[in-house]
Amino acid sequence: MSTSLLDIAGLNVDLGGASVVRDLSLNVKAGEFVGLIGPNGAGKSTLLRAIAGLVPIGGTVSVAGDRLEGLKAAERALRLAYVPQEHEIAWPVPVETLVALGRTPHRSNFALLSTRDRQVVADAMARMDVARFAKRPATALSGGEKARVLIARALAQDTPLILADEPAAGLDPAYQIALMRVFRDLAGEGRGVIASMHDLGLSARWCTRLVLLNGGKIVADGSPEEVLTPETLHAIYGVSGFFGVADGGLVVQPLDLVERR
Amino acid sequence: MMASRGYWLLIGGLAVVTVVLFVLSLALGPAGIAFGESLSALFSGDGGPIVLIMQEIRLPRAILGLMTGATLGLSGAVLQGLLRNPLAEPGLIGISSSASLGAVLAIYTGLSAAFPLGLPLAALAGALIAVLVVQVLAGSGGVLTVILAGVAVSSFASAMTSLALNLSPNPFAALEIMFWMLGSLADRSMTHVWLATPFILAGWLMLASLGRALDALTLGADAAASMGVDLNRTRRFAILGTALSVGAATAVAGAIGFVGLVIPHLLRPLTGGLPSRLLPASALGGASMILAADILVRFVAPGRDLKLGVLTAIVGAPFFLWLVWKSRRDLL
Repeated sequence: MSTSLLDIAGLNVDLGGASVVRDLSLNVKAGEFVGLIGPNGAGKSTLLRAIAGLVPIGGTVSVAGDRLEGLKAAERALRLAYVPQEHEIAWPVPVETLVALGRTPHRSNFALLSTRDRQVVADAMARMDVARFAKRPATALSGGEKARVLIARALAQDTPLILADEPAAGLDPAYQIALMRVFRDLAGEGRGVIASMHDLGLSARWCTRLVLLNGGKIVADGSPEEVLTPETLHAIYGVSGFFGVADGGLVVQPLDLVERR
Repeated sequence: MMASRGYWLLIGGLAVVTVVLFVLSLALGPAGIAFGESLSALFSGDGGPIVLIMQEIRLPRAILGLMTGATLGLSGAVLQGLLRNPLAEPGLIGISSSASLGAVLAIYTGLSAAFPLGLPLAALAGALIAVLVVQVLAGSGGVLTVILAGVAVSSFASAMTSLALNLSPNPFAALEIMFWMLGSLADRSMTHVWLATPFILAGWLMLASLGRALDALTLGADAAASMGVDLNRTRRFAILGTALSVGAATAVAGAIGFVGLVIPHLLRPLTGGLPSRLLPASALGGASMILAADILVRFVAPGRDLKLGVLTAIVGAPFFLWLVWKSRRDLL
């Protein structure tokens, strides 16, 4: 359970002349559900996009021991799946077909879906509770339903590492918790999950590890109890917070704005 | 995956319609040759007038109709998938207007009169120059840059075409340019077929290989890239494949609008939305539409030489209005 899934060393990302991620190093092991937290503009999305190979980078990113630059796009797609923040669905494709798009890297160009493909797609739909509307066009779904379908698509990619940009946004509390459970289970199966999040309460209760970004750098990294303290909340977010323990887990609720130290 | 049966029925149905229209296109014409006689003349070796009409006039016309229509339908479906925009069509990225400009310049300079293949070759050259310019302008930017570069190239080509009309040496040249631009399959020879076929087939191969990549693009560029799609290669293939096939089709048939826009639209709901399923359907649908339109122009106004491009626009534009009307609610 301690295989290294992701190794980032000296990562730099420049976007439009601005340095968004600076000399960042991070190591994620199999079995970890990492919550990527930090204020707006901290570089969370850019870090995820850099790991997914979607932006030019400096430094090295290795997935399961293989350097990212050395991998073809199709090989990379077998190692990591990525759920973008935007819920983009261009055509009225049935949900089932859309989730099956996650099998793309596993199939040769004109091959039909194999029995295994169908099984993985069915499992992914069941996990995200979207099997009920398998035949409906995905464009006709509500925002939260679309979000779940798109996560199911990434699960169908069946990769050791899963990256999700704000996956919980737009979900009701029940589905937020269900999603957190899915990610915890995936981690328990020996995969790695990295999800950027704004909901500190959710990340405190469900992530096995939190990485707090600010200004493109990691400012805290560790268990939720280590990362989420009154001091970091104050210094990084400029808010005060309520901290407690309920049902054996950390409870964090931001309360009010305070002057940043 | 699902509704597979319905999908194959659709493809089979479209294929049958295309074949029937192809045969009708061979069998129907002003010469009034009996059906059986006309078809047997296709394979006859003697040099009688019926054999000549069939092999030298109707056969190239039907083949070009089939290829032009399939090209427009296929490339329209590919471009809509690539740009994730239901308004995309081959004209949008400047290919048709640049091919037209090449042809117009050939007429204007007298090249087409001096050398029979001058016009189609000039049109092809126009299309290929357009694709180079669009590629260079768009660089590795996103979808929007491709559209903007296409619009720029397209406007420039139209302006130059207008200039050629404006400065045309005599009214006959202007008339010839105008008529050519309306698009037609009349009076084409097997030479045109041989000239266009290699380019069209090469373009088809490039476009047809993109199905899976376009499917992934349904979820946006980032998601597609994370699923292993090489975005730059996909875009290069789509644009070059369109330039080759549409350029060659325009070179022999003139600019025929609306087919590339309307056919993918019409068939998308019937194919379940995925681009890879739309491509073959749209190619067959485009072929059917052009073959049908080309049969119609022979009968709607016989002797008046009604142009194919005029007919497709007359049918296409109201359809487009209906489309806007229907999708109004979604756009609000």
